Amino acid sequence: MRKIKAKIIDAAGMERTITRLAHEILERNKGSHNIVIVGIRTRGEPLAKRIAKKIETVEHVQLQIGFLDITLYRDDLLGKLEQPQMKGTDILFDLNGKDVVLIDDVLYTGRTIRAALDGLTDIGRPRTIQLAVLIDRGHRQLPIKADFVGKNVPTSADESIRVHLKETDGEDEVLLMHPESQP
Amino acid sequence: MPLKSKHLLGLDGMPKEDIQLILDTAVSFREVLDRPIKKVPPLQGKTITNMFFESSTRTRLSFELAERRLSADVLSFQSSGSSVSKGETLKDTARNIEAMKIDMVVMRHSAAGAPHYLSSVIESAVINAGDGGHEHPTQALLDMYTLRERVGKLAGLHVCIVGDILHSRVARSNIYGLKTMGVKVSVCGPATLIPRDIEKLGVDVYHHIDDVLPKVDALNILRIQLERDAGRLFPTIREYHNYYGITRQRLEKAGREMVIMHPGPINRDVEISADVADGESSVILQQVLNGVAIRMAVLYLLGTR
Repeated sequence: MRKIKAKIIDAAGMERTITRLAHEILERNKGSHNIVIVGIRTRGEPLAKRIAKKIETVEHVQLQIGFLDITLYRDDLLGKLEQPQMKGTDILFDLNGKDVVLIDDVLYTGRTIRAALDGLTDIGRPRTIQLAVLIDRGHRQLPIKADFVGKNVPTSADESIRVHLKETDGEDEVLLMHPESQP
Repeated sequence: MPLKSKHLLGLDGMPKEDIQLILDTAVSFREVLDRPIKKVPPLQGKTITNMFFESSTRTRLSFELAERRLSADVLSFQSSGSSVSKGETLKDTARNIEAMKIDMVVMRHSAAGAPHYLSSVIESAVINAGDGGHEHPTQALLDMYTLRERVGKLAGLHVCIVGDILHSRVARSNIYGLKTMGVKVSVCGPATLIPRDIEKLGVDVYHHIDDVLPKVDALNILRIQLERDAGRLFPTIREYHNYYGITRQRLEKAGREMVIMHPGPINRDVEISADVADGESSVILQQVLNGVAIRMAVLYLLGTR
């Protein structure tokens, strides 16, 4: 069992961070007219819904929102001990020419995002793909950078980040966990 | 959670969790088939050999398409014009192909048990694409998938399989699979086409189609295999149609909505009338499409295991 080292974001902080991300996305794109939101399953899904809702409230619009399952695009699929469970991709609108805002909870090695980019290009050809994450914890293994970051959290590679969301885990918080072996 | 089995030889004895996993995984692949680019990369670098020792169009094309859509390399092999006609045994043929470093074998054979034997002599995963009168597991899986997609559930439904149960591997795999998933299964056909003791598989037997129609949620109508000297087992095609053919009048008389399935190829106006085959309750073409998704799911689950 890993022990908690610090609570990085609490429920109120999460709300503020999501509000700020929504505003940054709007500012960068000069409004919401060409934006579509795509959350990466699992925890990118509720985050995407919340950010979309925030944008909709500010702009008085209805956004198109979809969800991406990257399982089939993973580079570690063959030879993994645990077969990952697929949760399905659910993008029922045209991506061509859109500004896609891709949303995930934690940016770490960058491999998930690499897989997500491959997955998106199989579905359509967006004008731009932008990346919004709640936490950037560093340690990139691929040349990938987020456009919108909730919080930068310097970590060591053996620590871990736990994102808990109301929808999936019952409460809103982000925890930094000690390494496994820590007494 | 991976599949318990390394091979897919049949649905007899396959645990419920495995069937559930295949059906659920196929939902994701069904979505892939609606995309503009219908190809995904999970089996890149894997080589799959299709060994068809018996003629097949639909199943072979469906498997090939599923393999290619998963980015696998595909080797297809038909027994006519191959070393089999020079007298090579199944074991030697398969081991020679395997020596070329392949990962999976999909096999159709006229002898029941051929894929089971094959799985004992080679290292690769073996998928049964139909063995004699024994099993055709991917067909039954796609039938269950299609039924679940249409009705929304499987457990508690009542399915009747109509026609030539005796020669049908589709019937057998469906009975095993449906029973495991909690579906009530009946079979209906002339006594000459119903195997003796089939009740031991836990199915009800009917000889009059109009007795069972008012009770069922779905029909799986089997093809009358005209090429198999059907006249020996019932007097004429016309008589078969009169007694067992599924027609609009029959369905109206039954007074109940039911899903109409058929594994194809259909004999119009023999086992099924044209208006039923093309009618609103018919899911025959969805079965064909879902077949690709089911085969992608099976290949994916066995190939990344």
